Amino acid sequence: MREKIKAKMEARDINFYYGAVRALKNINMSITGNTVTAIIGPSGCGKSTFIRLLNRMHELVPGARVEGRVYLDGKDILDPAIDAADVRRIVGMVFQKPNPFPKTIFENISYGLTVNNVRDKDYIEAKVVESLKKAALWDEVKDRLKDNALRLSGGQQQRLCIARCLAVGPEVLLFDEPCASLDPISTGKIEELMLELKKNYTIVIVTHNMQQAARVSDTTGFFLLGELIEFGKTQDIFTAPKNKQTEAYITGRFG
Amino acid sequence: MKKHISQRIGFGVLWLCMAATLFFLGSIIYFIVVRGAGALSWQFLTDVPRRSMTAGGVAPAIAGTLYLTMGALAFALPLGIACAIYLNEYSPKGSVVNIIRMSINNLAGVPSVVFGLFGLALFVKFFKFGVSILSGSLTLGILVLPLIISAAQEALMAVPQSLREASLALGATHWQTIKRIVLPNALPGILTGAILSIGRIAGETAPILFTAATFYNRGFPKSIFDEAMALPYHIYALMTEGTHPDKQTAIAYGCALILLLLVLAISASAIIIRQRQRRYHA
Repeated sequence: MREKIKAKMEARDINFYYGAVRALKNINMSITGNTVTAIIGPSGCGKSTFIRLLNRMHELVPGARVEGRVYLDGKDILDPAIDAADVRRIVGMVFQKPNPFPKTIFENISYGLTVNNVRDKDYIEAKVVESLKKAALWDEVKDRLKDNALRLSGGQQQRLCIARCLAVGPEVLLFDEPCASLDPISTGKIEELMLELKKNYTIVIVTHNMQQAARVSDTTGFFLLGELIEFGKTQDIFTAPKNKQTEAYITGRFG
Repeated sequence: MKKHISQRIGFGVLWLCMAATLFFLGSIIYFIVVRGAGALSWQFLTDVPRRSMTAGGVAPAIAGTLYLTMGALAFALPLGIACAIYLNEYSPKGSVVNIIRMSINNLAGVPSVVFGLFGLALFVKFFKFGVSILSGSLTLGILVLPLIISAAQEALMAVPQSLREASLALGATHWQTIKRIVLPNALPGILTGAILSIGRIAGETAPILFTAATFYNRGFPKSIFDEAMALPYHIYALMTEGTHPDKQTAIAYGCALILLLLVLAISASAIIIRQRQRRYHA
């Protein structure tokens, strides 16, 4: 099954249907390792659908059907023979609304390890600390790991969700509008974090915020009505878009 | 000015309805307590009935009701929760599931005496369990299954989808997600269903009429294959049979009071468990 593909992830000829509705049309996208790829576009244009495809979260939606291939390190992850749980360990996801479990801060992070059959307590403890540090949350919570995670602020909860994701040891991180429900200061912290994480992870982020896309990403893709209209270097997209619709969107004429 | 008057009338009517409901509820409790309190004594709670049900106690009936309630729950709770999990978490959404759900809800409307006949045919005769605690528990269990299933389903549906997604996105399997995230979060709601069903089971008379209950037992049932006395049925027996209606009526009210207190006590303990769970999860 392995093909010679250099990109960390690559989507090939993706068509996606919700029942009879075609939500994605012939998408081809190549995601380079250790970069941030931003996906922008108006609401309802298939951005979230696309990103959820990258770790097979689309399978939770009844009636969803996909054609095409998604390669991760050259391996087709849409292959039904591959366990979705295995894919999701390598391709982690952070959601629009922070969704910590109603458990303690510690348990939130150890959960991902224990469901993957890690039993060594010392290892789990070390991983929890390491993940919280990586997510820039350690200093704020180190004295209250036994507190319920729901007591944290929205921004802290979202960083906890990032830490939870990191603990499992992913290689790719998907962010589905991670700052949509956060204030500007929390948003700033998450953006800073993404730039830091880029060194060790490959990041894909869906965002409504074009400034955010410009600030954090190396590559940007513009979706419109289920099509990938333009895909290229972020700098080029924002300064010299090739497509008229891209230009209209980034200059704020619609969307 | 006029709209204020109509508001006042509106609120007045609502207040009256509430007051009437409270009145009936209050008078039920008042009558049972006033008429039943006289019968209560240590002997009443611990002794067996004597002199053809005109003296002694009702301990075997209390024990019988406890056994039947526990037995029914032990059978119906796991089955109902499992059923709800399957319907809510596993089965493909669609018309078949809707039909199943509708049938379950309709089952809840079947008169309880019909369940009694069904229990007689299936458990007493076909499975040859005889008139026994086992037959009665199973019959009562089936009676409350719809209640438990729909309560459990509501509780499962109330668990935010975002928690399921979070768990699955970490590489957890469907089953791990249900076991470690969905069920613990649905537990308070499921327990509420269990509490409601306790009240239903303990008070039912018709389903145990042919399957478990007996007028009179000298002692306590020795195994689940023995017949048992039960409080609601004992009340029925006291009021319809026997030769000393005056003495028996007093005992019947005593039984009613005990039944009320029993249901209250079981419910209270379930509510305490639920609160503990909720404190942990909120």
